[in-house]
Amino acid sequence: MTLAILLAVYLYRVLRGPTIFDRVLGLNGISTKAIILLIVIGLYFERVDMFVDISTGYALLNLVGALAVTKYLEQKGVP
Amino acid sequence: MNILSTVFIIAGLFFLIVAAIGVVRLPDVFSRAHAVSLTDSLGAFLMLVGIALHEGFGLNSLKILVVLALLYILNPVIAHATIRAALRAGLKPWKKETS
Repeated sequence: MTLAILLAVYLYRVLRGPTIFDRVLGLNGISTKAIILLIVIGLYFERVDMFVDISTGYALLNLVGALAVTKYLEQKGVP
Repeated sequence: MNILSTVFIIAGLFFLIVAAIGVVRLPDVFSRAHAVSLTDSLGAFLMLVGIALHEGFGLNSLKILVVLALLYILNPVIAHATIRAALRAGLKPWKKETS
């Protein structure tokens, strides 16, 4: 429950952020919260073995996406 | 064991709330990165250790520790890449107004 409220707080920063780097940082925080939330949901349904695999995949996808965005912005300069 | 895992989870929630307050209140990108990277990593560490203690020994808690190690490697890498891109793009760090 608290984790869902924290997700809303980070979403405020993603929507409101003055520069584009604020949005990338906010997305990183959202994905961290989503990983923890997935494991907690697995604990609730008593299927932790399945949900842990899903959260591992989510962490790897987050790394690839964020690195692609930051490398692109670093070469192109700020818009 | 149960009390220990509860203490870990409560401490992790405390650090996550502090990180969220820092993300909203701090003035610019370079100081917000502290809240996202450092405090968030500590909160996630404490919460996942608490959940692994709650599960007990076995394959499940081992997988949770693998996710924890992955998160601990990935989170500083992403924060570092973002801040390096911000610095090379020419953003100025925030200074206190002396007016």
